[in-house]
Amino acid sequence: MGKENFLYVENLVKHFPIYSRGIFLRKSVGTVHAVDGISFSIDKGTTFGLVGESGCGKTTTARSILNLDSPTSGNIYLEGKEIGAIFKSKNKAEIQKLRRKIQYVFQNPYASLDPRMTVADIIMEPFMIHKHVPKQKWYDKLYELLGLVGLEEYHAERYPHEFSGGQRQRICIARALAVEPQLLVADEPVASLDVSVRAQILNLLQQLQQKLKITYLYISHDLSTVRHICHRVAVMYLGKFVEIAKTDELFNSPLHPYTQALLSSIPIPDPKTKRSRIILPGEIPSPINPPLGCRFNPRCTIKNKDLCTKTEPKLTDVGNGHWVACSEAHK
Amino acid sequence: MVKKILKIEQLKTYFYTWAGIVKAVDGIEIDVNEGETLGLVGESGSGKSVTALSIISIVPSPGRIVEGKIIYKGENLLEKTEKDIQQIRGKEIGYIFQDPATSLNPVYNIADQLTEVIRRHQNVTKKEALEKAIELLSLVEIPDPEIKIWNYPHQLSGGMKQRIAVARALSCQPSLLLADEPTTNLDVTIQAQILQLMKSLKHKLGMSMILITHDMGVVADVADRITVLYAGRVCETADTRTIFFNPRHPYTKALLTAVPSLALRKEKLEVIPGTIPNLIEPPSGCRFHPRCEYAKPECSKEMPPLEEIEPGHFVACIRALEIEIKSPLGHR
Repeated sequence: MGKENFLYVENLVKHFPIYSRGIFLRKSVGTVHAVDGISFSIDKGTTFGLVGESGCGKTTTARSILNLDSPTSGNIYLEGKEIGAIFKSKNKAEIQKLRRKIQYVFQNPYASLDPRMTVADIIMEPFMIHKHVPKQKWYDKLYELLGLVGLEEYHAERYPHEFSGGQRQRICIARALAVEPQLLVADEPVASLDVSVRAQILNLLQQLQQKLKITYLYISHDLSTVRHICHRVAVMYLGKFVEIAKTDELFNSPLHPYTQALLSSIPIPDPKTKRSRIILPGEIPSPINPPLGCRFNPRCTIKNKDLCTKTEPKLTDVGNGHWVACSEAHK
Repeated sequence: MVKKILKIEQLKTYFYTWAGIVKAVDGIEIDVNEGETLGLVGESGSGKSVTALSIISIVPSPGRIVEGKIIYKGENLLEKTEKDIQQIRGKEIGYIFQDPATSLNPVYNIADQLTEVIRRHQNVTKKEALEKAIELLSLVEIPDPEIKIWNYPHQLSGGMKQRIAVARALSCQPSLLLADEPTTNLDVTIQAQILQLMKSLKHKLGMSMILITHDMGVVADVADRITVLYAGRVCETADTRTIFFNPRHPYTKALLTAVPSLALRKEKLEVIPGTIPNLIEPPSGCRFHPRCEYAKPECSKEMPPLEEIEPGHFVACIRALEIEIKSPLGHR
């Protein structure tokens, strides 16, 4: 893990200040610790999954990488170059170049397409901004992109409301691909779709990766889709990573008690498996005042009273690229 | 012979919109035995929720129940007056809505919302109602019920709100509980908590339940029998094991294979081609035929009737007995 990787995120922190009410006396009364010092790397052409429950900081991580929310601290290296400094430099040409490399597919395809633009307008807008395609080739490229995501040429003249959720998500993917990005951040791309359509989009993402060698950062709370599409997975809890491992390793031998509980609480569509469920007590604590020591300790079933409530466990390598942040797990 | 608590016959609920008549529910047949959990499975737009709303006669305008019978404990609910229905709704039949954030009234505290239901249906004083409400909160395992009862919905988390919704639905000890996607908006660890709670409460109170969901994993865990809906029609009804290990309808099989599974990692997911049909002009004949891999020309001509192919196993497919369908989970 380091700068030699395609994408390397080092100690990323994003805090949101909370202000007291008032017009003249607006003072900061606390901070939301949305992301609190996470590091990870992604190899070129692979898919990295980020899983966790709502409010754990998955989306904030993704938004920080694209500088949609500028990170509080930490470094992000893309192909060895620190990109946070470029975003801060306000050098428009450089930033635009960077934006071509990283693209985002949003969670809700009903909200992320402008209802007043046709599909052709939506997909060709990046050509207008980045000017990487000569004008006479715009339509050729448009039809090529539509074909790539499994839409027909006649769809180009339609408006978003004429499409179903799955087709809209295809349009969003086509728009992201229009600038030929190297990294695609997919934030819950199938969460709002029906199961039969979900499979189509997941297959499409996999095909595109094989064809175009794109790297994905795949964010989801749905562990079964993560297992299907990701090469490596990180499990997040309250702004921190609790475990990172190769997909099969994580699903077959989870070490952290949170990962174990998370995996055991997924309902399996097979009435024969009667598993012993680990039902976690309580709910995710507030990220404004995260618990002292290990952030999972109030809900943990194996905690050591002295150690876990005082010292925060570090993410440690247990071999085979498997990292876990728990002081009790590898005993 | 098991007693049937609810039997729905040929229910048709249409929505009269300016664009045309949306046949959201078009001849659905369901029955629920006493003490069992029926899973109602289908994708969005398959008519799951409209069926449940029809049972307690709160289909929103411009929707109307056009035809059919809803027989609850031997009486047809559709022939009753609104006044009689009010005696049943909330008391005999409880309802849990999909989104706990919108099904609780934000301007009333929990005590008001729970005592309202209790006082409406039971002859008790305000004080007794409040005691009952606190009892209910401890039944759904909310910590410090005496304090939490004075909270407003916005002070509670999603999981807590859904527990309140469960408590409200159970407040008059209904014989039948309709749970419309009770865990869809919740995180998996919270979902596990709520499902566990509902299972144990159902056992404790001995009710029947209709669980509406699109998640095959949830029904596998909770339901005794499953009815699969597609585009306003029933595809298949059978006990849970039969649906999973010996499905006879192509759509049931497609639903099972399209879900990425934790247990089996496949290179490529099998896909159901196309999308859910438009319900204003649904496909002729079998509604699944344009997406069905086993479709034959006859399928587009006549709507297949729901037939009992073996005891307790109903399928609406004219080729149910000829085609060989393999469950992705293997056979029993």
